[in-house]
Amino acid sequence: MTADVVTDVLVVGAGAAGMYAAIAAARNGADTVLVDKSLIGRGGATIMAQMTVAAAVGEQEPDHWTHHLRDTLDAGRGLCNEELAAVLCEEAPIRIRELGDWKIGWAREGNHMKQVMAPGHQVERCVYVDFLNTGPAVAKTLRTQIGRADNLRRAGELTITSVVVEDGRVVGAVGIDMETGEPVRIAAKAVILAAGGLTRLYRRNSASVNMGGDSYALALRAGAELIDMEFVQFFPIGHLAPRMVGMDPIMWDPFRYKLGGKLLNNEGEEFVQNYGHAETTDKYTAPRDVVSFAILQEVAAGRGSPAGGAFLSFEHIPEADLRTAFGPVIDRLAKNGIDLTKGGIEVSPIAHYHMGGVRVDARMATAVPGLYAAGEAVGGANGANRLSGNALSEAFVFGERAGRFAAEDVAGIESGWSEEAAAAALDEIAASRNVAATVSGPGLSGMLVELQELMWRDVGLLRTQGQLDSALARVREMRVEIGERPGESDHRFALSMQDWFDMRNSLMIAETIIIGAQMRTESRGAHQREDFPLTDPSLEHNLVTRLDGDGFAVEPVALVAKSYDLVPLEAAE
Amino acid sequence: MSQDTAKLRVQRGGPEDEPVFEEFEVPHREGMSVLDALIWIRANTDSSLAIRYSCTNANTCKECMVKVEGKTVYACTERLGQEPVTVGPLTNKRLLRDLVTDIVPPKEKLSLLLGREES
Repeated sequence: MTADVVTDVLVVGAGAAGMYAAIAAARNGADTVLVDKSLIGRGGATIMAQMTVAAAVGEQEPDHWTHHLRDTLDAGRGLCNEELAAVLCEEAPIRIRELGDWKIGWAREGNHMKQVMAPGHQVERCVYVDFLNTGPAVAKTLRTQIGRADNLRRAGELTITSVVVEDGRVVGAVGIDMETGEPVRIAAKAVILAAGGLTRLYRRNSASVNMGGDSYALALRAGAELIDMEFVQFFPIGHLAPRMVGMDPIMWDPFRYKLGGKLLNNEGEEFVQNYGHAETTDKYTAPRDVVSFAILQEVAAGRGSPAGGAFLSFEHIPEADLRTAFGPVIDRLAKNGIDLTKGGIEVSPIAHYHMGGVRVDARMATAVPGLYAAGEAVGGANGANRLSGNALSEAFVFGERAGRFAAEDVAGIESGWSEEAAAAALDEIAASRNVAATVSGPGLSGMLVELQELMWRDVGLLRTQGQLDSALARVREMRVEIGERPGESDHRFALSMQDWFDMRNSLMIAETIIIGAQMRTESRGAHQREDFPLTDPSLEHNLVTRLDGDGFAVEPVALVAKSYDLVPLEAAE
Repeated sequence: MSQDTAKLRVQRGGPEDEPVFEEFEVPHREGMSVLDALIWIRANTDSSLAIRYSCTNANTCKECMVKVEGKTVYACTERLGQEPVTVGPLTNKRLLRDLVTDIVPPKEKLSLLLGREES
């Protein structure tokens, strides 16, 4: 049997990384197909991005990529893959300017791009699109470029369930046509995984629904390795109360970039400075891991807000300044009954980003020939804690590189679809179609809620061996409970069927986070062990995970180091 | 009905079916959205309910458009009070199932990629 679709490069996931990868693959001569289980450019994390993109374009004040690299490595608490981090910082300005050429509309001031300070940066470095519109502007700009490429096809509503590997090389992928529930065979000489991170595994998250760890599970099952899975970033000041609709829970970050604001406990006192980082009212500089930890400690000490977080206050800022900085957003807040001149809102940590991910080299290639990753799916560049503003930069840079190198890779390779290699993946979809009726009941959608509660409680910001052990036991039970095949079927808009494939991925990835967290018997960056509160210099290595039968093999590997010289900023002009 | 629940009448069925309205009760929380209620129904009562959404609360993905009391709204920004409401799919788009309609832009359709006619 032949494949339903034949292409050179298949890109899985259509956020910024996937769209950039597809554009780059196509312009480097590869016939390219871009797919997403949601709609093109609408799902994933990109569309949710509120504001900052870090890049040393040096328009606001003198800057050089080596300074961006220094700040990235400092934030990463010693664990960054320095080669990936260097690529990210060196190429970010190129991508920012390319997006500018594509008319993204970066905010400007006078005759230059406006750049703001963000936590962990030593220079005003972050570009953005007003007002809180960076993500939608990125998505729209890349989608327009995609529409202009003639060797690039794209489709939404296709859930990729397996990468197909024959004789050690990628030959394509299998997925579910969401509209019909039928399997789809895609022959591809290279596959780029750009389906984002895993923050949907946590109860409090800022994720789109398709961010349940698909990239990582697809990579593992294809034979690739993951790295640093224990490092989940919690964004410290996610919205907590009162209930808002139509607003991203991360929205207070931009408010702090532009206006400062005060983070207060229930005694009306600023407290972050008590946890090892001096933060003054008019400067928003404390790193994310420090602030998250500080809020939890205040709550534990009985100084939290009524809903269990901290207060964020802009009361001291004149209304006119609020409006200049955020224009229509102030009206959207008013519709939600929030008047920032009258009182603080409540915030607390929320799962936001995954530092770990697919292990790749600087070409974005995994150890499996033909398999690449891009964007948040990639692990290692940000070490134990991501510097703010680096997520979109890495989506652009890693996306472009994955597309370019995959296009190079497939030149001269024959297409080699193998029905035999795809048989298992096709069978499990067919099996689901043979389930007689749709089951009424909570199903796996209910199990996801249980998993999210468990991950939040036991594998969240503060971890102990006991919590991790019980979490692992329950996740393993759940892996058995879901069975070997989907137990529900709904052929037209196959959501229950997709739930099973999602849950298989999410449970597999939850287990890799837990095992990594058990093995890392120290506290470092986003990984905080209550039973090991100090950083252990002897654990300055990465943990690499691969599938091993039904379980996982997890081993320490040496850091990837790269020497660089900090270019003096006078000379960088 | 207790003070703490909300009722929704939700249209079920595919394009060939006579639409039926199924009634669901959900726990009511102050400020909750219609989408919150639909997600709760899938997780607690009936996971076979077909809904389309992605960003969940930010109103950026624009995927969750439905009809509430006959009016086109985003389910994520439509507040749910304690009065019963009727929720149905968009009527100017092809129905796939329950509340899901075909809102995929023409050049981004899987049917086009697969070279098949739309059903």
